[in-house]
Amino acid sequence: MTAFIIYKAIMCGGVFLLCLAAAAYATLWERKFAAFLQDRKGPSRAGWGGILQPVADGVKMFMKEEIIPNVSNRSLFILGPSLFMITAVITSSVVPWAKPVMIGGQVYDMQITDINIGVIYLLGVASIGVYGIMIGGWSSNNKFALLGAVRASSQMISYEIPMGIALIALIISSGGSLSLKEIVEGQDAGFANIVWQPLGFLIFFICALAETNRAPFDLPECETELVGGYHTEYSSMKLGLYLFAEYINMFISSAVMATLYFGGYNFPFAHELYEKLGLADGSVWISVIGFGALMTKIFGFVCLFMWIRWTLPRFRYDQLMNLGWKSLLPLSLLNLVITVAVEYFRGNIKL
Amino acid sequence: MLGLTITQWLFGILSLMAIMFALMVVFTRSPVNSVLYLVLTFFCIAGHYLLLNAQFLAVVHIVVYAGAIMVLFLFIIMLMNLNTETEQQKHIIARIISGVIGGLLLFVMVGALKGAEQINLVQSGASQIGLVKNLGNVLFHEFLFPFEVASILLLAALVGAIMIGKREPIKN
Repeated sequence: MTAFIIYKAIMCGGVFLLCLAAAAYATLWERKFAAFLQDRKGPSRAGWGGILQPVADGVKMFMKEEIIPNVSNRSLFILGPSLFMITAVITSSVVPWAKPVMIGGQVYDMQITDINIGVIYLLGVASIGVYGIMIGGWSSNNKFALLGAVRASSQMISYEIPMGIALIALIISSGGSLSLKEIVEGQDAGFANIVWQPLGFLIFFICALAETNRAPFDLPECETELVGGYHTEYSSMKLGLYLFAEYINMFISSAVMATLYFGGYNFPFAHELYEKLGLADGSVWISVIGFGALMTKIFGFVCLFMWIRWTLPRFRYDQLMNLGWKSLLPLSLLNLVITVAVEYFRGNIKL
Repeated sequence: MLGLTITQWLFGILSLMAIMFALMVVFTRSPVNSVLYLVLTFFCIAGHYLLLNAQFLAVVHIVVYAGAIMVLFLFIIMLMNLNTETEQQKHIIARIISGVIGGLLLFVMVGALKGAEQINLVQSGASQIGLVKNLGNVLFHEFLFPFEVASILLLAALVGAIMIGKREPIKN
């Protein structure tokens, strides 16, 4: 019992630190990447090549004067960013980070918890995520913040539907399990799910962009129309939490996409490599290599997110709604029908 | 601890919280706070589902009620900007009538629950029915027809909502 609690505590702490560190350096990488695309150098003063920039940003955020508007609802004003941060972080608890490790005859999963409804849990947390923005935007008692919050919530609700239907198709083609661990293990022997679900992945990716409020779907904080959107009234570290949680969301949705569609910690010819290196099942090194593979995939997705942000202009609001309801929803239904037909002819579904 | 298992402690704490938040839904003056307390109540009920080993129901409860329906409630209340100043005071007759009706409802519920002690309680901890696999099997084999009828009912409500919400074409 005690050993179990210690192991879980280490896992929770480790994954939490991983999320924070990844998000902190994603902010630096975003600025470097933007600089590269715009032919600039980017932040380069703090530390070697700007490596300490996230630390400097964090210290700056904490040191700024904090202003809570008089007319705001004080407790809800504080609750908003906290809730947004919590929902951003707790998604990571069902992601399997590496292959199980065997230490002293005991198998340790490199995952905080393997619940048999992992995929629905992801949808559930995504759907609560909107409360952070709504409460923050409303309690600021500011028209721009309220409009930003309303935009954010209607956008997130709209894009959750095609996302859910794309996930149903994924579950049908990956063998019917809702546990993320089993979905990853299913991609170990065969192909990655992207081979069977190319359209489903595209839909999921677009919805993930919209759910994380990243460009071209960043209408909730559109500065040309809404000053700063839902976080107009926020200052100091509360603003920092909102901005930082966006990067955590981006990191974790990349991890989820890599896990669901690109085989997670598996990679092509992994077993041949392990055999050549003489590594037995349950070895720590297999986990380390698998974790490296997963992080590489996540890094690729994060770069893709940033590339899109610095390339595409923002949608107009009616275009956003039309895309969600009139293009993505029918496409995801079509994808579902095709998936069921394909799986029927492959013999995986029996009537 | 006091001869109770962890599950019993959890049940007690969750029930206490659920009842407390449910009371706060009614007693709090601001509609937005009321909605937020209702969301907390839903979370406590989802906790009860987890104690019954019905993880699927627990998460779907959160997705549907806390994640979708209450967000829309909150949405409407925030847009209408309801607050305590604009709340209209109910007439005294309306208060008396609602008090009497609430009392009658309590009366009926006490009467109905009086027979509850004859029901045999099933040991719920070992029950597997709430797991997604078993629930799916039951829904799509045993209760397929009622399940599909219920979905048609939802579809009808959806079409009706779209018809009501549709903008009339402007004449001339």
